[in-house]
Amino acid sequence: MDRTAIDVAHMLAGGMVLVSFMLLYQDRMFGLLNVFALHALVLSLSVAWQAYIQDAPHLYVTAAIALVLKAIIIPVALHRVVVRLGIHRTIETVGGIGPTMLFGMGLVALSMVVMLRATAAADPLAREDLAFALSVVLLGLLMMVTRRNAVSQIIGFMSLENGLILAATGAKGMPLVVEISIAFSVLIAFIVIGVFLFRIRERFDSVDVQALDEFRGERE
Amino acid sequence: MITLLVHLPFEPTTAVLVIPGVSALVLAFLPGYRLTARLNVLATFLTFLCALSLLIEWPAPGTYLFVDDLNVVFIVLGTFVGFTTSAFSASYIAHEIEIGRLTPAYLRFYHAMYQALMFAMNLGLLANNIGLMWVAIELATLTTVLMVGIYRTPESLEAAWKYFILGSVGIALALFGTILVYMAARPVIGEGHDAMVWTSLIDKASAFSPEMLNVAFVFLMLGYGTKVGLAPLHAWLPDAHAEGPTPISAVLSGLLLNVALYAVLRFKMLLAANQAAIAPGPLMVTLGLLSLIFAGFMLYRRRDIKRMFAYSSIEHMGLITFAFGMGGPLANFAGLLHMTMHSLTKSAIFFAVGHISQAKGTQKLSEIRGLTESHPLLGWGLVLGVVAIAGLPPLGIFMSEFLIVSSTFAREPLLALPLVFGILVALGALMLRLGDMAFGKPTGSTAPVEASYLPLFAHLALVLAAGIYLPGPLVTWFQNVARLLG
Amino acid sequence: MDLILQLMAQGVQMTLVLILAPLLWGFTRKVRAQLLRRQGPPIIQPYRDLLRLIRKEVVLAENASWLFRSGPYLIFAATWVAAALVPTFATGLYFSWTADLIALTALLGSARFFLALVGMDVGTSFGGIGSSREMMFASLAEPAMIMIVFTVALVAGSTQLSAVADFMLAHVTLRVSLGLALVALIIVALAENARIPVDNPATHLELTMVHEAMVLEYSGRHLAVLELAAALKLLLYISLIACIFFPWGLAPPDSGPAAYAIGAASYAGKLLAGGFLLAFFETSIAKMRVFRVPDFLGIALMLGLLGMLLLFVSRSF
Repeated sequence: MDRTAIDVAHMLAGGMVLVSFMLLYQDRMFGLLNVFALHALVLSLSVAWQAYIQDAPHLYVTAAIALVLKAIIIPVALHRVVVRLGIHRTIETVGGIGPTMLFGMGLVALSMVVMLRATAAADPLAREDLAFALSVVLLGLLMMVTRRNAVSQIIGFMSLENGLILAATGAKGMPLVVEISIAFSVLIAFIVIGVFLFRIRERFDSVDVQALDEFRGERE
Repeated sequence: MITLLVHLPFEPTTAVLVIPGVSALVLAFLPGYRLTARLNVLATFLTFLCALSLLIEWPAPGTYLFVDDLNVVFIVLGTFVGFTTSAFSASYIAHEIEIGRLTPAYLRFYHAMYQALMFAMNLGLLANNIGLMWVAIELATLTTVLMVGIYRTPESLEAAWKYFILGSVGIALALFGTILVYMAARPVIGEGHDAMVWTSLIDKASAFSPEMLNVAFVFLMLGYGTKVGLAPLHAWLPDAHAEGPTPISAVLSGLLLNVALYAVLRFKMLLAANQAAIAPGPLMVTLGLLSLIFAGFMLYRRRDIKRMFAYSSIEHMGLITFAFGMGGPLANFAGLLHMTMHSLTKSAIFFAVGHISQAKGTQKLSEIRGLTESHPLLGWGLVLGVVAIAGLPPLGIFMSEFLIVSSTFAREPLLALPLVFGILVALGALMLRLGDMAFGKPTGSTAPVEASYLPLFAHLALVLAAGIYLPGPLVTWFQNVARLLG
Repeated sequence: MDLILQLMAQGVQMTLVLILAPLLWGFTRKVRAQLLRRQGPPIIQPYRDLLRLIRKEVVLAENASWLFRSGPYLIFAATWVAAALVPTFATGLYFSWTADLIALTALLGSARFFLALVGMDVGTSFGGIGSSREMMFASLAEPAMIMIVFTVALVAGSTQLSAVADFMLAHVTLRVSLGLALVALIIVALAENARIPVDNPATHLELTMVHEAMVLEYSGRHLAVLELAAALKLLLYISLIACIFFPWGLAPPDSGPAAYAIGAASYAGKLLAGGFLLAFFETSIAKMRVFRVPDFLGIALMLGLLGMLLLFVSRSF
């Protein structure tokens, strides 16, 4: 595989890590939704490029699903949900943004070291993309842990799923079963999320998950 | 009749999937909760019969589905518990409708989700493709999340949200582990479907790259381990059990935890087939022991009855994971036996607890007293169930715990000390609470409640029978599986 | 003869940056105004402003010290030397061996140090605010700059700017770590030059001043010198980005006047592009609150760190 192709693949995957950091940086709701749309856009570009260099036309379908569903439909829908439910526009965080980003750096370093050491036998393009994908997954996890607003937790979860899709497409030749299942899970998760947001809002008048803590059964 | 089923034109493996799938769709649209409850029971009964027919003969492995010694145990157990729980659910739900906690529309949803859950669990157990197994377990998670939140109270929403977030994170990690396994298999087996088919994976596992398998197993253990409820990944379990409808607690404890453990076992087998990879045993032993001791202590301070039994589930799943982690024919056999006994006993306990909480109108332990006087059948059923789950003879769990402890003493005497300690701690807590609940002066309402006693006592009878005498074929069957697990 | 030509080329570069700096400043201001649908001042207005300021009388506070009087010249000297060293139209000029990236960072750092000192010299509150904010930004921008320098040096094998530019010309590739370093350098450049979103160069409101606050007390020729230094700093950063990341058109060492002319033309093009993009970016984004700037600069630090880390982990990043 020629050098430029690998470089572009790395640029796109590295771009996803960059956008994940941008997601961690946001402190306003609409900014967060826009950056998430960007995240999904970079994902679809990356998947489309993988489809091109692996000569796997079925991956174009995955790229299109990522583009339409996650870059357009979901941000627009969440935008309307936020407006309709009157959810707070600023995002409360647990711990400051600076320390969070430092910790994110640590996670990226960890995932690089772990993945590149473990996959010494695999082919170079796949293993480096896998390392980036794990970074995106861990950054999504970090976002879920350090946010108190239900919508931002959902965005963190979806960025985690984007990382998984990146990993799955990087693994050459993974059958369509898994791609469809990932798309399916996004759909189902979205339905569940929609249902829950309405329920939580209707019960608590806010989607600050701190409010849920009062109803946590006995402190363990 | 079973042999008749074998000769019917359809294959039992597909039937086990098609019946719940179709019923889910049908039940979503039928009005009238009595009819749907009965259809629910019928559907699960038919599924159980098909699963039984698998015991007699099973088809050759296909690309997507397969049956072998290991999953046939899980399938028969799963469909049986599904069937008895649906019978329990029919009477439980009738009461819920009476007091207005659920509306008929929600009931349609509930029954449809129940069948969808059965479908997902059967698919997960039968799957030959590791990706398909993942899809099925994810589907099972999502259906249970929806059902846990069905009462729409603040507490149940909190429980469902926490379950959803933690469950999804676990599932995502498990998917990453699955992708890594595929990547380890690809150089050896080639691209495409074949590298995800379990039967070919286990054949060629010794040629995979050990480092990748190690990292993959860590992710899979963390991911599926969250669904098994091992400490420290257990945070969703107590709330989900306490706030959802009791049939769901029974199904969660009795079935879903088992399916997740089955997934872990499959990958453990894969790792064990590769000499250079790390031994998966010690990790499982550590997590199991941690869960056991942690849950044992947590049992003391619980104030809600369902939460207490949820921690008991964590404790037992820890014990089972410990047993499978120890490995070897005796420990594996004990683990399988314990798993079966635990499913039966725990669901029986939840059957009793469901009706008790309906009778008394509360789930708080302090308000449930003197059950043997006010509701004798339920009270004595609960007593028998708790005695069983605490591991006292002559019931089945005593047998399996005894086997685990003795095999641990023989092989790793140092580990046996915390093991026995944990078991005794849990025993103490359960006996203490049981004494308060079952005996003494009755509190709360003493009105009789329309309950289904048959599922409860059927399970307990099986557990008692197993404690006294295990039939020969069953023993050889478990021994085969134990050998398979390595 | 050869030596004289080389010295002349070097001298041309030094005067070129001095002359082009106000032009760049004027061009950026004009583009920004046009984007905001105003006419804007003419492009050569900064020259007129500088001449006007030089002719005006200096008004000093009573308690201004010798540092206050000499500060502007020190700052200007450091900035001009730094700007003159960055290859603009050719690499390998006579003094290019001194053009080390770390030395450059140190020169800029010392200029900033003196600026902060003179800001506090007279004892007004505005000056103090400006100096403290400037130092807060510097405490993050400097490490970020160093990280970027390390990343670039690891890729190119040297910190000397001419060598870096030659390497980049010879091995044209897309590399993730360079991409990250570019984004980080852009963020640092915005912060150092007191541009939106970090600081507004066109305002004198207390809430929004950083650089302007420090030079608030200056007038006459001192102010002229400081303004020219600020313009030089902007030119320096744009040339730095152009030299490291877009080195096409740079004349190789010891080439004739024709190559130099092409180099000069491409340099002018890059400056125009840089000025335009800067103005475009400034009009499309709002200034961020001061306590968010450390997070913003933290991103630059992270990206530099990440770029460097990737290089340690694998050769192909």
